[in-house]
Amino acid sequence: MSLTMAALIASITVFVLAIFLGFELISKVPATLHTPLMSGANAISGITVVGALLASNVAFNNGSPGVAAWLGFAALVMATINCVGGFMVTNRMLGMIAGKKRKKEVA
Amino acid sequence: MVTIDPVVFDIGYLLSAALFIMGIKKLSSPRTAPYGNQLGAAGMFLAVLVTLIKMVIEGKVEWELVAGGLLLGSIIGAWMAIKVQMTGMPELVALFNGFGGAASALVALAEVLARVKEGEVPTDRLNLWAIWIAIGLSGLVGWITLTGSLMAMFKLKGGFTIPLTKKWIRFPTWGPPWLNVVKVSLFFASLAFVVLSVREPENTQWVWGLVISSCVLGVLFVLPIGGADMPVVVSLLNSLSGIAAAFTGFVINNNVLIIAGSMVGAAGLILTFIMCKAMNRQLIDVLFKSFGGSDKEQVTRTKVGSDPEEVAMMCDGIGTVIIVPGYGMAVSQCQHAVKEFADLMEERDVEVKYAIHPVAGRMPGHMNVLLAEANVPYEQLIEMDEINSEFPNCDLAVVIGANDTTNPVARTGEGPLGGMPILDVDKARSIVIIKRSLSVGYAGVDNDLFFMDKTMMLFGDGKAMMNGLNSAIKDY
Repeated sequence: MSLTMAALIASITVFVLAIFLGFELISKVPATLHTPLMSGANAISGITVVGALLASNVAFNNGSPGVAAWLGFAALVMATINCVGGFMVTNRMLGMIAGKKRKKEVA
Repeated sequence: MVTIDPVVFDIGYLLSAALFIMGIKKLSSPRTAPYGNQLGAAGMFLAVLVTLIKMVIEGKVEWELVAGGLLLGSIIGAWMAIKVQMTGMPELVALFNGFGGAASALVALAEVLARVKEGEVPTDRLNLWAIWIAIGLSGLVGWITLTGSLMAMFKLKGGFTIPLTKKWIRFPTWGPPWLNVVKVSLFFASLAFVVLSVREPENTQWVWGLVISSCVLGVLFVLPIGGADMPVVVSLLNSLSGIAAAFTGFVINNNVLIIAGSMVGAAGLILTFIMCKAMNRQLIDVLFKSFGGSDKEQVTRTKVGSDPEEVAMMCDGIGTVIIVPGYGMAVSQCQHAVKEFADLMEERDVEVKYAIHPVAGRMPGHMNVLLAEANVPYEQLIEMDEINSEFPNCDLAVVIGANDTTNPVARTGEGPLGGMPILDVDKARSIVIIKRSLSVGYAGVDNDLFFMDKTMMLFGDGKAMMNGLNSAIKDY
């Protein structure tokens, strides 16, 4: 897999545009939701699990598993904790905030 | 063997990135937030699924390890998320954040070690520079995120118990001015390691040097910052973990990592600035000028404490009460007692509202989460700008473990609190403050509010005092 200049520029373009997108998305959030938002965004940053999957698999396939393979495995476990734990804990927080609201509307 | 055009994977990743974007968008409104979180989780599930299919198509998959890793991580993550107390939430977010940063850094490290071992170091300039710089930056940011987040977690806890001895150690806050020089030097040393690793890609000792220097940098970065500023630090580290993921995206040439990572990076940074603004602090001051740790003003004035019975008498016949919660409520976990107090008041036809300062507690929204846990209706939680006009018409303000966010001295524009937006509690007709002592808050500034004639102090633990007050009201 070799990288071309065009592909690199395309990646950098995506990087910069996504940063601007992030600024616009976040600037309109009520303070109430800051903690759940931080927690939810944090879970999304666990997307590095994709990198961990690929890296650990490649490393284990290349002959005898060396240091790199076990580092990849550790990355996989940590990234999964970040994703699963992050989304679940955010869900718990939001369930408390929004759940009460719904109950009140019914009553 | 089924063949799938690689474009299909890219479309799958694009879909997952779109789910993340919609998820964050929906997380910004109370009504749609739970749905937004589910969209984010769905995006993550899709990204993992696409990756697994891609791995099956492209070659052999070590299922024991892949499935084992995913399963182990899921069990640990789920267990922590279910077990955590609501008051421990900020620490858990910090810890998860550290794991995310570490994962990105580990992927980068594994990549460099595997490439060197297999002799797959790129030979052309473009590939070498692009991949090796991405590896270096991902490692630098990732390791700082890990050690910084762990420090932040212990600071939020306030300390730790030594295993087996049950001895509680307070977590230190230490940072002489010369430490800033060390921090900046370490940062440049880390960058130098990145450059050296590009120059000598076969030599892995530069990469290990980077690991050590950035880990130490993360520790020194958070060490001098006081507990009160931890929300800002955790938010900034959240931003960094996103950036680390984005750099990892460059390492493995994957767009979904780049999009999700940089979006989270921008989100964390915006949140960091919002918090700094609410505390009237410059980010630079938070990071490089430790304050509030030492040199606290001595309390010279005194105030006679009241008892719950006296306050219960005060509560009789009033029309409106505004409850002002602070970190003290989180520490004593008295949100349920506070809710009981509100219920007792409402039974007596008193209008109850809660005044939420943007930086009350240890994280923005900390109070909302705690009060929501105690079944407080969302509509009663009023943000600072809205509630401030209501204090002059309020019969009683009940302050529970809040200090700096109510200190009128902030209006003078001088001292560490100068210019910080505050809740106008001093304008209420009468005030009850539940607090352990008259001591200064994190900012180290005396609070005139405590010494006003219309203020009654209830000295003691929040929970004990609230329960005492509730039973006194019932008996009255």
